[in-house]
Amino acid sequence: MQKKMWLSLFLFLVIPGLLFTVSCAKKTVKPDASLTQEAEAEAARLAAQKAKEDEIAKQRAIKEERLTEENAKIAAKEQFLNKDIYFEFDKSSLLPTAQDILSDKAKWMRDNPDVSVTVEGHCDERGTIEYNLALGDRRAESARSFLIDLGVLSTRLKTISYGEECPTDPGHNQEAWAKNRRAHFVIE
Amino acid sequence: MNKTNIKIICLLLFASFIIRHSACFAETGEAGGHDYIDISNPFIRKIPIAILSFKNVSGTIAETDQSLKTSKLLSETLEFTGYFKMIDSGAFLVNSKEAGITAQNINFRKWTDIGSELLITGGFFLKDNVIEMELRLFDTFKEHLLIGKRYHGLADDKRKIIRLFCSEVIYQLTGNRGIFNSKIAFVSTSTGNKEIYVCDFDGYNAKQLTHTKSITLSPAWSSDGKWIAYTSYAKGKPDLYIRHIKEKHGALVDKQGINISPAWVPGQFALAATLSFSGDPEIYLLTGTGKVIKNLTRNWGIDVSPAWSPDGKNMAFVSKRSGTPQIHIMDMDSGHVKRLTFEGRYNTSPSWSPKGDRIAFAAMNNGAFNIKVIGIDGNGLVQLTHDAGDNESPSWAPDGTIIAFSSTREGIYRIYVMTADGTDQRRLLSLPGEQTSPKWSLGIVNNK
Repeated sequence: MQKKMWLSLFLFLVIPGLLFTVSCAKKTVKPDASLTQEAEAEAARLAAQKAKEDEIAKQRAIKEERLTEENAKIAAKEQFLNKDIYFEFDKSSLLPTAQDILSDKAKWMRDNPDVSVTVEGHCDERGTIEYNLALGDRRAESARSFLIDLGVLSTRLKTISYGEECPTDPGHNQEAWAKNRRAHFVIE
Repeated sequence: MNKTNIKIICLLLFASFIIRHSACFAETGEAGGHDYIDISNPFIRKIPIAILSFKNVSGTIAETDQSLKTSKLLSETLEFTGYFKMIDSGAFLVNSKEAGITAQNINFRKWTDIGSELLITGGFFLKDNVIEMELRLFDTFKEHLLIGKRYHGLADDKRKIIRLFCSEVIYQLTGNRGIFNSKIAFVSTSTGNKEIYVCDFDGYNAKQLTHTKSITLSPAWSSDGKWIAYTSYAKGKPDLYIRHIKEKHGALVDKQGINISPAWVPGQFALAATLSFSGDPEIYLLTGTGKVIKNLTRNWGIDVSPAWSPDGKNMAFVSKRSGTPQIHIMDMDSGHVKRLTFEGRYNTSPSWSPKGDRIAFAAMNNGAFNIKVIGIDGNGLVQLTHDAGDNESPSWAPDGTIIAFSSTREGIYRIYVMTADGTDQRRLLSLPGEQTSPKWSLGIVNNK
């Protein structure tokens, strides 16, 4: 009976020791298998990390893209609002540069179908107040018609003439006059 | 209260109601005789006139002071008309204090010797803020009285009295009632915004009519002077307002586009104006309540600035139908349109002379604007302003002898007047800011 106990004890103490030895022995005896396993784990870990990093990068990229898109939208809107078209003295016909700008504006209005716009017609200070009110009306109407021809709904476009009443440049010279003979675009 | 006080109060009450004037002298003016000045002649010869300082009845300091101011006012008012050459008192051969003021005591030779063809004398009495004036106009060569008038009123009424007398003088000499009761509407930026103002014919008594705190433009008088139409951005866009000046009611024309450049049809409660609700600026006939009666023009491109002939049978306007803004005339019966101006590439702002024979307008040549006048048959084109900034918006006085206009000759836009042949150009009034678009009313405007 006592023998059995000793055996048990032996087994209890030694076998784990053996096991331990085995496991250590394993390391030394079967080095290939254990290395592979570890590398795999490491690789998985790295992969996971990379995936995470990629994900973060992707997120960042998306965010950046969104920001850029938003910036571009803002820039496009600003360009729409800030870029006036200019006219020759006593003329309401559209110059080629004005037509290019209007094409951009038409595109922007097609991209932003909810927006309604008022086209302001302006003149330089030379000439009669009444005649310039009519000329400003013609200028705004020229720009409006062009946008309608490029597919913008007419109901989205209003005009207002300010004649010579609201110069953007208060000067009394050719340079100022050229800047003041304009159509300006305002979002309602 | 003693008798004198009661008398004065009664007199004051009476004076405050009315300025009495009467030709109650023994001497009487010669009937007819309106041939001193031919106002149809575009080059009027100025008549030399002497104005003697008024004789003071009581000689108090206050009376002397008022008397001097009033005779100066008389001199300025007559000079304004452009008919007279005022003779300097330094040239007088008689002592002002001793000179007679009635025909019996005037030595007419002393006046004809200095070249004076007309003489005005006055007697001035001031007591307790009540003035009494005797004013006489003499023909010094014929040695007789043309006009003799006596006026009573409050001291504050002296400008009114002087105008009444001047009106008589002008009527006596020309057969025309003149401009003394007319008014001028104009645009001023005195408040920082363009608003409509109204002043007397001589620039005196300027008052702000609109308070839109916005851009307000192009005043136009109805024939009776009771209504003014104008364009204002008060509601954000150029709308046409038709307003009874005294009763402050009226109509609004606020169609899509521009609602601008009103011009009342002579003698009617109707007006022409440019509207662009069709997509193109056309001239329409409107009722005084702002309803569209009909199209007057039907032509692609700008049609603007209607101006009626005094009989209402023709309408001048600006059209770009030939490529540049030019003045055209429409016969209202036939609807036939003829082009009036051919010289230059920019002729705008027509104003029809009260006699109906000529049209004043603003023309641009070599970058500068000047006032020109042309016969309605297209002949007799004359330039009235030269080398003095930009000159725009001519408007005839109701007697056709003076033209008001705006000019930048002293820097910013201000209002000036000149005779119809372009002489005697002078600033009409001094207000803060810029003044533009003068519009002379017809004849009598009484909005009191």
